[in-house]
Amino acid sequence: MSGTVMSDIVTEAEDENIPEELGTLPLDSWHRRLGARMVPFAGYEMPIQYAGEHGGIVAEHNWTRESASLFDVSHMGQLSVTGPDAAHELEKLLPGAIESLKPGKMRYSLLLTEAGGIIDDLMVTNTGSHIALVVNGACKWDDIAHLREHLPDEITLTHYDDQALLALQGPKAAQVLEALVPGTAELTFMTSGAFTWDGAPLWVSRAGYTGEDGFEISVHNDHVERLGDALVADARVNPAGLGARDSLRLEAGLPLYGHDLDLETDPVSADLTFALTKKRRETGGYLGHTAVVSRLADGGTVRRVGLRLEGRMPAREGASVHVGDAEIGRVTSGGFSPTLGYPIAMAYISNDHATEGNKVEIEVRNKRLPAEVVPMPFVPHRYYRGS
Amino acid sequence: MARYFTDEHEWIDLEGDLATVGITDYAQEQLGDIVFVELPEVGSNVEKGGEAAVVESVKAASDVYAPITGEVMEANSALEEDPALVNTSPEEEGWFFRITVSDKSELEGLMDAKAYKAFCDEL
Repeated sequence: MSGTVMSDIVTEAEDENIPEELGTLPLDSWHRRLGARMVPFAGYEMPIQYAGEHGGIVAEHNWTRESASLFDVSHMGQLSVTGPDAAHELEKLLPGAIESLKPGKMRYSLLLTEAGGIIDDLMVTNTGSHIALVVNGACKWDDIAHLREHLPDEITLTHYDDQALLALQGPKAAQVLEALVPGTAELTFMTSGAFTWDGAPLWVSRAGYTGEDGFEISVHNDHVERLGDALVADARVNPAGLGARDSLRLEAGLPLYGHDLDLETDPVSADLTFALTKKRRETGGYLGHTAVVSRLADGGTVRRVGLRLEGRMPAREGASVHVGDAEIGRVTSGGFSPTLGYPIAMAYISNDHATEGNKVEIEVRNKRLPAEVVPMPFVPHRYYRGS
Repeated sequence: MARYFTDEHEWIDLEGDLATVGITDYAQEQLGDIVFVELPEVGSNVEKGGEAAVVESVKAASDVYAPITGEVMEANSALEEDPALVNTSPEEEGWFFRITVSDKSELEGLMDAKAYKAFCDEL
């Protein structure tokens, strides 16, 4: 694996020399060959959905819940942190326990500002040789700048921009991948390891963004098309685009950065306190700790909740939430749930109303849609935690 | 019965003074899976170019504009139960609403099937 060492890239970013034209991902022509409709996303042309018998957002969504889908998520930033006490240094920027993360284990975490605002959400893995980070595509340049600014010079930050990332998600993902890459079925949720497929080194993580069992596979750009072909050659696998990825993650109650999370939100309001490792709430020593502890104590004023709407009309991001005459919050993600057959939404609403079972109304085109606060995930997670 | 098409990808069937309006196969293909259609109320008046309906796909909401001015006489209630009719039968069973035609001159300049096909081929 080779990578670009971050000092070069940060210089570029500081020059505001970030390319404005859309980038192409290593599987660009592969997507087009499979009939993908490409749209701009996170600075790249990406597949929103595919054509054909199994194509379309709902069909791709349902196939993921029933069988297995292949998503190209190569827009995401794959970074590594190495050097003296890398985990210790990283803990100064993340509210989770990283030093105690055993080799092969992963953890969901957050990059926070001093004020406790969320810069990004990310996956942190101890690969044994380094700490690997997978960050959101749209945030990766800012994340890199933030990390480089705060990490000591002795710490090397590497961006694996020559690595693609595939997500194989669904109840049949494990059988499919085991047939191609023996040993992967033994991984459990939130663990990962190095494998080889047909001469290509892979880093395979049992994780994902759909609520289903599945894997994320990091592979060099030179091998990704071959691997993509091998995976969709299995009749249990169809490609799925960003559209299905969004409806699946919404059903799974997983927030999307830039919509459900941003600099104005904090881990407590975002209902992500599980990412605030208990011990580190006490010991502190990370950027944003003071703000987070004070927010934990006062509870904040708003909370990210799930809403189930009556009827069939969906409410979208930006719709206001009301109780009587009072506006109590706003929808941050919303849509029609293909699995459940009714519209669902995530919203930040006033703490006073953020209790399960509470009735609210969402305003859509001058109509008030009745809705109820419900627990998330909307559709139960089906992660594999071992037999 | 004459069928007209607009550059907003709607079709209009004219039968006497009554026009049936829907969206074209091209439009439904672009919108993707349709999960909800908000139709105008019967008895309401719509103006050419004004908002008449909203189509919700899994991903987003899209406005449908009235291709002509008139009074809404009927809305397709089948779409309440089965909005996917717009995907499966956009130019037949998936019609949206019927309106009176108040000014036939508004139909001038609309495309016929052949012209509309050529229009889509260039997109």
